[in-house]
Amino acid sequence: MSTEPLTVAAPAAAPELGSKPKIDPRYVAPLFISCVLIAANFTAGVLESPWKTALAIVTSIVLEAILGRLVFGKWPNLASAYVSGISVGILVRSPFWWPYAMCSALSITSKYVLRVKERHIWNPSNFGIAAMLFLAPQTVASLSIQFGNSVWPMVVIWTLGAIIISRLKRFHICATYVLSFLALAAVRSALTGHSYWAEVAPITGPMYQLFTFFMITDPKTTVRGKKAQMLVAFLVAVVEAILRLTQNVHAPYYALFLVGPAANLIEVWWTGRTKPSPAPATA
Amino acid sequence: MKRGALTQAGVTLFFAGLLATTAVLGRATPERGRESSADTGEAKARYGFRLEEVSRKAGIDFVHEAPTLHGSLSHIMPQIASMGAGVSVADFDGDGWSDLYVTNSREGSKNRLYRNRQDGSFEEVAERVGLADLNQTGTGVCMGGIWGDYDNDGYEDLLLYKWGRPELFHNDGGKKFTRVSETAGLPAWCNANSAVWLDYDRDGRLDFLLAGYYPDSLNLWDLKSTRMMPESFEYAKNGGRKYLFRNEGGGRFRDVAAEVGLDSSRWALAVSAADLRGTGYPDIVIANDYGVSEFWANDGGKRFREIGAQTGIGKSPKSGMNVAFGDIMNQGQFSIYITNISETGVLIQGNNLWVPSTPGPDLQYQNMAEAMKVELGGWSFGAQFGDLNNDGFQDLFLTNGYVSASRDKSYWYDFSKIAGGNTAIIGDAKNWPPMEDMSLSGYQQKRVWLNDGGGEFKDVAQMVGVRETYDGRAVVMADFQNRGALDVAIAHQRGPLLLYRNDLQPGQGWIGFELEGTRSNRSAIGAQVRVFWNGQQQVQQVSGASGFCAQNQRRLHFGLGKDPKIEKVVVRWPSGQEQTLPAPESGKLHRIKEGA
Repeated sequence: MSTEPLTVAAPAAAPELGSKPKIDPRYVAPLFISCVLIAANFTAGVLESPWKTALAIVTSIVLEAILGRLVFGKWPNLASAYVSGISVGILVRSPFWWPYAMCSALSITSKYVLRVKERHIWNPSNFGIAAMLFLAPQTVASLSIQFGNSVWPMVVIWTLGAIIISRLKRFHICATYVLSFLALAAVRSALTGHSYWAEVAPITGPMYQLFTFFMITDPKTTVRGKKAQMLVAFLVAVVEAILRLTQNVHAPYYALFLVGPAANLIEVWWTGRTKPSPAPATA
Repeated sequence: MKRGALTQAGVTLFFAGLLATTAVLGRATPERGRESSADTGEAKARYGFRLEEVSRKAGIDFVHEAPTLHGSLSHIMPQIASMGAGVSVADFDGDGWSDLYVTNSREGSKNRLYRNRQDGSFEEVAERVGLADLNQTGTGVCMGGIWGDYDNDGYEDLLLYKWGRPELFHNDGGKKFTRVSETAGLPAWCNANSAVWLDYDRDGRLDFLLAGYYPDSLNLWDLKSTRMMPESFEYAKNGGRKYLFRNEGGGRFRDVAAEVGLDSSRWALAVSAADLRGTGYPDIVIANDYGVSEFWANDGGKRFREIGAQTGIGKSPKSGMNVAFGDIMNQGQFSIYITNISETGVLIQGNNLWVPSTPGPDLQYQNMAEAMKVELGGWSFGAQFGDLNNDGFQDLFLTNGYVSASRDKSYWYDFSKIAGGNTAIIGDAKNWPPMEDMSLSGYQQKRVWLNDGGGEFKDVAQMVGVRETYDGRAVVMADFQNRGALDVAIAHQRGPLLLYRNDLQPGQGWIGFELEGTRSNRSAIGAQVRVFWNGQQQVQQVSGASGFCAQNQRRLHFGLGKDPKIEKVVVRWPSGQEQTLPAPESGKLHRIKEGA
């Protein structure tokens, strides 16, 4: 899930006098994800414990503040840390407390450590969750349940998510990924002999809604350019399909974990060849 | 080195430390509370007991067989036909020795009734008394049986719940059983996985709750459609209905579920009843598969109200499979143990140990399973509380394992792939990937959690001799040799019925009670006994069913530890009458009649 506030690609025009007040784009994602979380928990009780989610959020925010101050010498905007924390709070499932704090800590710290040319190359919460699932599989799983058994929550989340992502000009990433997933599900079905609907089933769950709207669209860890972004989204789906064929339960996390940084590194390398290094990014 | 570089190095070191800590904690956490360093020989001295598997020696040679359901389910048959190994304890012939009844589930297979020969062995008498041939084609197959004296004639009768036609058998003086299902008014078909005897209105006659799993409309051998799966892995409400049969006397029962407000259609896998709010009336707790657990508060024997969310036990949807009550901290109140699924790296629901945080009518519970280290038990099924080493604290025995087939192939990926899907997909069996010969949480190690009395349990299963990994379903505890020690019997799906004899280290005190109601139901189901000794107290109750497809012995067994000084024992009968026994002698079984 994005830990960087979603921003519009082009600079926003100055607001005209008398126009309606607009929500700062940086807060769109946190607001949306908060609404999803609150609705999901009150209607379907999806959180193992609200306090564990709170722990993930607080850890994330506190660490972001400390590391931002320490490394860059200024207090960072904490919206992205909030999104990281809430992502961890939703997507991590564990009967223990420590994984929630640890996953947030890994996510945030990775932004300050795993950097190339002043740019962090892993999506922070993807890194944190993938690391937890890989290093502590006996105590950590990821969200695998529905937001209720009605089709309507799914429709509402997909619709709202699509509208918001469209306004932020990143819908092409989600659309590419979803269409690729659906197409590759047919390929997997043909190869495994399993029903097409069995292969499609995962994307109808809430984990994928969050993954699709927030994780693969993260502005700071996706490549520049619409076509390049679509290519990366397609490659994530391809790698995921391959991992699924090897029966990997956490295929989407690992696919993004592998493809995202690789794409970023290629871009950094390519940009370095053709242009001077971009200005240092803040975390 | 510049300050910035130093800072960066520090942050990098911190990051490396986080990764290393994750790896270490990730491996260490599940092993918390598991003992594995001593050998079995030392176990008896160290833990005060060991368990020896003696089923063959005792003349028990039962192996459970699973049903073969409709052909449209053949691709996922192992996971659908995955229940039916139930076991219950009853002294059916009234000779003072606990007998064992075990259910089978292959069409045409026979159930077994093992009569206690009083010398450590059993004889099989099901055929002779008319309780064997109960899986005939067309009648469904057995899931479990529970015992209760519904007509107060002094002999325990048998209620059999099935995926099919439920049956009630009247015990004719401990010699024969007569089928009375029609007279009693039982439904023609009910896909039930659990039932409990209780006297919900305290009229002195035993009633029973029959809890459906699949909806009644389904005949699993004659499916019209493959849309028979739960509509959701966590929020399914398309399961079986609940029947509350009120005992009208004269061998007749009437379903009053709708009348009293018991209208759940969740997928019930376990049910038990106890007065948990101190009202004198038994409340009902239901562990539901694919959803939240339910707490049905009994309002004066007139109505039931579902207050699961309010109490805390019904907030998080999981895969409930067991309900057992135990006074684990000797505080005179029951905690509730509900089992769920935990599978490394895939699904960590964790079992729930609900400890009352606010006792009384506004009852609230807190899940203490993690803190007390009884959370992770694999694909957990039946569990029972009981003091296995007589140290004065209730221990916990857990059985587990879902489908043990190929050791190299797991169905978990396919299971998780579809289980998170939308209703339209998950609800249709034909969408489920084929299981072939794959395992699903198979070959799991059972847990024998020893209560240290200080708020933690320690798993000593390997140490005390419980090492087999059959797919466990029902577990019961009973003193089969009347010697003041709890033995354990476990029914396994597609596996043997095992009997573990408790080899107890001498020196620990105990006391037992066998109750007989007069104004209350004669089985005394619902009676609570409070033992006060050495400045502490422990409460137990006579239960009409406990665990998963199981029922423990009716008599109550209290371990008392070393040099016990019993102050008093208070019996609260279902009628409401209280009876106090001042300083009863320890080390013996006390037979107590209500009002005497």
